[in-house]
Amino acid sequence: MLKQTPSQTVGPWFKFGLVFEGGNNLLTDETKGQRINIKGRVFDGDGAPIVDALVEIWQPDAQGIFNSPADPRHAEVDPHFHGFGRAETAPDNIYTFKTIKPGRIAWDDKQEQSPFINVRIFARGMLNFVITRLYFSDEQSNQTDPVLNLIQDTKRRQTLIAQLEPSNDLPTYYFDIVLQGDHETVFFEP
Amino acid sequence: MISSKQLTYLDWSAQPPYLYPPYKSTVKRSPQKPLIPLPQTLAELTGPVYGTDDLKALDNDLTKNAVVNGEPLGERIIVTGRVLDEYNRPVPNALVEIWQTNASGRYVHKQEVHPAPLDPNFNGAGRALTNSNGEYQFITIKPGAYPWRNHDNAWRPAHIHFSLFGTNFLSRLVTQMYFPGDPLLALDVISQSIPDEEGRQRLIANYAHDVTQPEWALGYRFDIVLCGSQMTPFETRQA
Ligand SMILES: [Fe+3]
Repeated sequence: MLKQTPSQTVGPWFKFGLVFEGGNNLLTDETKGQRINIKGRVFDGDGAPIVDALVEIWQPDAQGIFNSPADPRHAEVDPHFHGFGRAETAPDNIYTFKTIKPGRIAWDDKQEQSPFINVRIFARGMLNFVITRLYFSDEQSNQTDPVLNLIQDTKRRQTLIAQLEPSNDLPTYYFDIVLQGDHETVFFEP
Repeated sequence: MISSKQLTYLDWSAQPPYLYPPYKSTVKRSPQKPLIPLPQTLAELTGPVYGTDDLKALDNDLTKNAVVNGEPLGERIIVTGRVLDEYNRPVPNALVEIWQTNASGRYVHKQEVHPAPLDPNFNGAGRALTNSNGEYQFITIKPGAYPWRNHDNAWRPAHIHFSLFGTNFLSRLVTQMYFPGDPLLALDVISQSIPDEEGRQRLIANYAHDVTQPEWALGYRFDIVLCGSQMTPFETRQA
């Protein structure tokens, strides 16, 4: 087997290479599903918000189908939903996405997972990215989700739950990510 | 579906650790709690798909894609290579994004303060898609070294930042390509964070005389091996 190419930090100056106008808006006029906002901050081990983090999301459409040929139901995907988004925390320490609430996807032949979005974070000072999952606070099925239940410490499961808060715009879920410390977000080993 | 893992994971013998104290910013930005093994469901077996429609004609030519009133200054170079999985199979249609300084070591980023000149004809960002053999190519200007504040008299060796998407959620890579013979490499804590010398060498492009174009530009070859390789059924390991 070939050895993997090593990762290096995205550094502080990625904006002009990776951040494009509209890259954090996954919606078009025709996208089907419940439209939502996602907002949050990324904190370091001192509890200070990070202004130069890059957040990427990957999710299925409202029916739980990914816009990728590796999804067996790909032919039925909403053609107006690509599923990938990218946002920076600059300039006010907050990343935002406009997207739809994702549909459920299978865990195995018997069980579905609670709706979630895959999240990846890059920043200066991170030699590798970290990966986490964003779940939604208004989903009862979080209680029985097989991945949330992999986390032994039930308090830490809460770090993966985005909180729905009242808004006069679209329903808005807040999802803060803590890279290190007592309130550290649960990360997955990629 | 979840009972068998179909994709390879990050190989920590090849990858730098999250915490590498000589690179000071890692100290407060590295997770400390145990990581949960990433499940492999459809959300991980899939990934965003890109096509030629997503790119413009000059996206991979940084000597032309930001021209205002003339050619950018500096040494014109060609950077090419193959994107492969760990089983030596080409990864076609991989989106490769790059960004870099100009020849003077200056980024166009507004907050960057290094007192080196900007080049009005050079932006320093490009994109390419690999072909059916996994090959990409960029035409650009050799970037310069620049100072940073990690420690006294710290300088980054000349580098090009690379971002890649393979075919699934695990085959994602952000890295930096270095140039052969750069004396700053041995002093650079970011490249030194890679655990072994062989791994550090994998981030150094090779000068490639067969890529060099007579009377025009020097050539470098930089091959990239992505994680998240599809295992054959024989190798598939049980969870
Ligand atoms: Fe850099």
